[in-house]
Amino acid sequence: MEFFRNPNIDFLGKKWYFLAFSLVFSVAGILSMLFWHGIPLGVDFRGGTLVRVKFTQSPDINEIRALMDRAGLHSARIQRFGPPANNEVLIGLAEKETSEAALDQGRAQIINALETRMPAGKQDLNNASGQAIQSYLLSNDPLHLGTDAAQRYQEMAQAIVHQRDAVQSGVLYSMNDLKGIVPPPVQASLSQGFGLSDFGVRNVDVVGPQVGKQLQNQAKLAILYSLIGMLVYLWFRFELIYGVAAVVACFHDTLITVGAFSLTDKEISLTVIAAILTLVGYSMNDTIVVFDRIRENIKLLRREKLADIVNRSINQTLSRTVLTSGLTFLTVLSLYLFGGEVLRGFSFALVIGILIGTYSSIAVAAPMLVAYQDWRTGRASSGRPMPPAAPTVNRREKVRAKA
Amino acid sequence: MKQNLLWKSVFIIAVLLVFVYGIFGIPSSLTGSGLAAALLQRINLGLDLKGGTHLILQVQVNDAVNVDAQQAIERLKGALRSRNIAFADISQADAANNPDHIQIKGVSPDHSGDLRDIVTSDLPEYNLSSGAQDTYTVSMKPSNLTELKNRAVQQAIETIRNRIDQLGVSEPVIEEHGLGQYQILVQLPGVDDPARVKAIMQSTAMLEIRQAFGGPYSSEQEALSANNGVLPPGTMLLRGKSIGDTSGGEPHDVWYLISRSSAVTGRDLRDAREGRDENGRPDVTFQLTNDGGRRFAAFTGSHVGDKLAVVLDNKVQEVATIQEQIHDSGVINGRFSEQESKDLAMVLRSGALPASIHYLEDRTVGPSLGADSIRDGVRAAIIGMLAVLVFMLVYYHGAGVNADVALILNLIILLGFLGYTGATLTLPGIAGVILTVGMGVDSNVLIFERIREELRNGKTPPSAVEQGFAHAWITIVDTHVTTIVSAFILFIFGTGPVKGFAVTLTFGLLANLFTAVFVSRVIFDYVLTRKQRGEALSIG
Repeated sequence: MEFFRNPNIDFLGKKWYFLAFSLVFSVAGILSMLFWHGIPLGVDFRGGTLVRVKFTQSPDINEIRALMDRAGLHSARIQRFGPPANNEVLIGLAEKETSEAALDQGRAQIINALETRMPAGKQDLNNASGQAIQSYLLSNDPLHLGTDAAQRYQEMAQAIVHQRDAVQSGVLYSMNDLKGIVPPPVQASLSQGFGLSDFGVRNVDVVGPQVGKQLQNQAKLAILYSLIGMLVYLWFRFELIYGVAAVVACFHDTLITVGAFSLTDKEISLTVIAAILTLVGYSMNDTIVVFDRIRENIKLLRREKLADIVNRSINQTLSRTVLTSGLTFLTVLSLYLFGGEVLRGFSFALVIGILIGTYSSIAVAAPMLVAYQDWRTGRASSGRPMPPAAPTVNRREKVRAKA
Repeated sequence: MKQNLLWKSVFIIAVLLVFVYGIFGIPSSLTGSGLAAALLQRINLGLDLKGGTHLILQVQVNDAVNVDAQQAIERLKGALRSRNIAFADISQADAANNPDHIQIKGVSPDHSGDLRDIVTSDLPEYNLSSGAQDTYTVSMKPSNLTELKNRAVQQAIETIRNRIDQLGVSEPVIEEHGLGQYQILVQLPGVDDPARVKAIMQSTAMLEIRQAFGGPYSSEQEALSANNGVLPPGTMLLRGKSIGDTSGGEPHDVWYLISRSSAVTGRDLRDAREGRDENGRPDVTFQLTNDGGRRFAAFTGSHVGDKLAVVLDNKVQEVATIQEQIHDSGVINGRFSEQESKDLAMVLRSGALPASIHYLEDRTVGPSLGADSIRDGVRAAIIGMLAVLVFMLVYYHGAGVNADVALILNLIILLGFLGYTGATLTLPGIAGVILTVGMGVDSNVLIFERIREELRNGKTPPSAVEQGFAHAWITIVDTHVTTIVSAFILFIFGTGPVKGFAVTLTFGLLANLFTAVFVSRVIFDYVLTRKQRGEALSIG
C-alpha cells in the first residue's frame, strides 16, 4: 500500500498560492492579536486567582455572580469549563485584586462566598481535608475504639476522601454516598458534625503579579533562545541561508499558532508555551529532512536549475513527510480529543502546529531558498544559476581530491 | 553473521529485562492491580497527578540585614560611650532600601581615628566612609552583604523544613528557586488545605522577653501623654491584645511601653510544649538553654516586682509581674485555642525565621483532579498508540510488525528510565510519552521509505535494507538532536509540569535512537536470514 507512488507536483510553481494562504492566516492572527481578543494570557502570565469548582448540579452562572457580588468580588470572571455534564465552573479574580501581601484572600473569599447552604457550626464534608475528618472522628469516637483508634479513623477518613475525589470526581451528592464505605455509626456521627455544600474545589491557582511577569520574560527568552539555537545548528550543518529559511518558517509557524489562540480566544498558559517550543523543534525536523534531500540532490544533479532540484527533492520526500506528520498528528489528535480539559490548550497548539509546521517546510522554507538564490544571481551579472553550496560535504571532497 | 545476530538478540532481550525491572521492580503479584501498584511505587508522580500544593515564597532578606544593622548600631553606641566620645545620633539612613547603611552624626573630626578603630575591630563586616558635615556612614561590605542574604535564605529553608517535617507531610520538596532572587520553592504532596500549613510556614516566630514599663494604654496618644509627651530612652510602643479582661467582651488592641532590648530571645529556647494552665486553658511552656537560663535568672533576679512582657513577632502576648527569680522555664498564656497552642509550640521548637516570607505563587491541585488527569492522559496515550500500531501494520505489512515491536520497546525503555532515575512524571509528561510515540515512528518511516525507494530502483532486499539504514541515519540524528535541544531549553526555563514534559520527551527520543536503528536493524537482519535468495521483503 502506498500513498504517493511517484509524485511530480510542481510545488514551487504554486508558491504564490502558498504565500497568499500564509498571509491570510498570519494577518488574521495579527489583527486579532492587536484589535480583537489580544493575546489571551492564562493566569500563569497575568497573575491573579483562578478557582475551579465542580457543582453537584448544573450551576447557574447568574446565581454565582450574585454570590460573588455579595462578597464584594465585583469583577470576578465566571465561565463554564469543560463538557456541560461535568458541571464545572472557573471563577477568576484579576491580578489587581490579588496583591502579594494578601495572596490567599481571593481564594478564601471565593470559597466562603459559595458556602451558602452550610448550617452554622458544621464543617463542609465536600471540602474538608482528610486530616480534618480524622480529627473529628477521633475526638467523637463513634465506634468507641480503644488504642488503635487513630489508625482506624485515619483509614476511614482516607476511604471517604478516596470515594469523594477519585471515584466521584470531587463532590459527594448526599451522605448516602458513604454507605458501604464507612459503618453506619460513623456515618451518623459525620452527619452531625458535617454538612454537604453543593460544590467541591478541584484546583486553585494563585499567581502573584511578580511571578506572572517573571514567567512572561522566561517564556519569551526560551522561544528566542530556541530559534537562535536552531539557526546556529543549521548554519553549522548547512549554510547560513538554510538556517535563515528554517528560522523564518518556524517563526511563521509560531505566529500562526499564537494567532489561532487569539482568534479562538483560548488561553495561553505555561504548558502552551511548552507546546510551541516543541513545535519549533518539530518544524525544524521536517525542514531538515527536505534540506537534506536538497543538499544530496544538488551534489548529484549539478546541471539542473535550483528550482527544479528543490521541486524534485520535495516530491521525493513527500511520502515520508506526509506520513510522519500524519502519524504524529494522529497521536496529538488523540490527545486533543481524549486527553482531558487540563491539556486542551497544549494539545490544540500541537494540532495546529504540526499541520502548519509540515506545510511551512514545503511552502515557506524551500521557496525561500530559491528566492534567495534568484536574488543573488539577480545581483551578480552572470546568468548561470548557482545553487547555494553545501559546504561541509564539498570541502571534504576537495581535500580528498588534493591528496 | 548468524552468531553476530544471536549476540545482538540476546543483548536486546537483556535491555528489555533491565528496563522492565526499572518499571515494576519485583511486583508482589502478576495481577493487574499488583503490577499497577508496583508501577506507582517506582514511578514518581508530579503534583498535578498526585494532588498537592505548590508554593513559591519570597524571603524578605532585608529583614535579616535590618536585624544585623540594629545590632551593629547597639555595638557602635556601646563602643562610643565606653570611650566617652560624644555623638548626636546613630541610625539607619534609609531602612527600606538600604538597611545596611548606618549614619553617624555629631562625632567631631578629632575622634575620626577612634571611630575608624572601632569599626575595624568591632564591626569587621562593615566599611566606614565619611560624608558631609561630620556625618559618617557605615555600610556593609558587598561580599558580606550577599553572604548574609544567602545565609538568610538557607536558614529559612532549614526552618521551613523543620516545621513541615513536624507536620508529617510525606516527601515534601523545599529548595531554592529561580536565579538569585531569594525565592524558595515548596511542594507539598497530598496537602489540599494549605491554609494552616502556609500560616505555620510564614510565622516568623520571633519570641522575645522584654521589660514592660507601662500599659495597657488604649491608644498611642494616651501612652505619650502618660509619659510627658516623649518616650523614655530605650523604650518603644508595641501593640498587644487586651489581656486580663475578666469582664468578657471582644479583645481589642492596646499599647504597651516596652524596652527596646530583650532579656531573652527565641534563640535561647531549648524546648517548647503545649499544655493547659490551672483553668484548663491551652498555654505553651518553654525551657531555656543554660546560657539563656543564666541571663534570665540575672534579669528576673534584679527586677523582682517589675513587669515583663512576652513579645511574639513584635506583638505583646502577655504581661506578667516578676514575683521571684526565674531560672530556666516560663509559660506563655495568650488566649490560645488548642490548635493554636500546638502550632505555636511547634513553631517555637523549629526556631525563628531569619526574615519574613511572602507568598508569590500558590497552586493547589485537588486529588480528584489528579486522578482524573491520570485517567484521561493514559486513555489518550493508549488510543494514540493503538492508532499508530494499526496504521503501521496496514501500510507496511511485515515491516510494520518490525516498527511496532520497536515502538513497544521504546515505551518500555522510556518508562524504565523514569523508574530508575526517579524523574517526575507529570501530566505534560504523559503528553510527552504520546508525542514520543508519534515522533519515534517517524524514524521507522524514514528508513522504510528509503528501503522502498531502493527496492524500486532495483536493489536486492539485503542491499536495500543496508542503504536504507545508511542514508536515513544522518537525518535521524539531525531531527533527534534538534528536538532534544528544544527539550533542553524547556527544561531550563520551565517549571514543574513543563520540566516533566522535557524529561519524558528527551528520554523517549534517546530510547528511540536505540530502538529505531539498532533493534529494527536486528529484526530486519533476522528476517532476511530466513528468506530465500530473490524472495521479496514484506514492506508493503
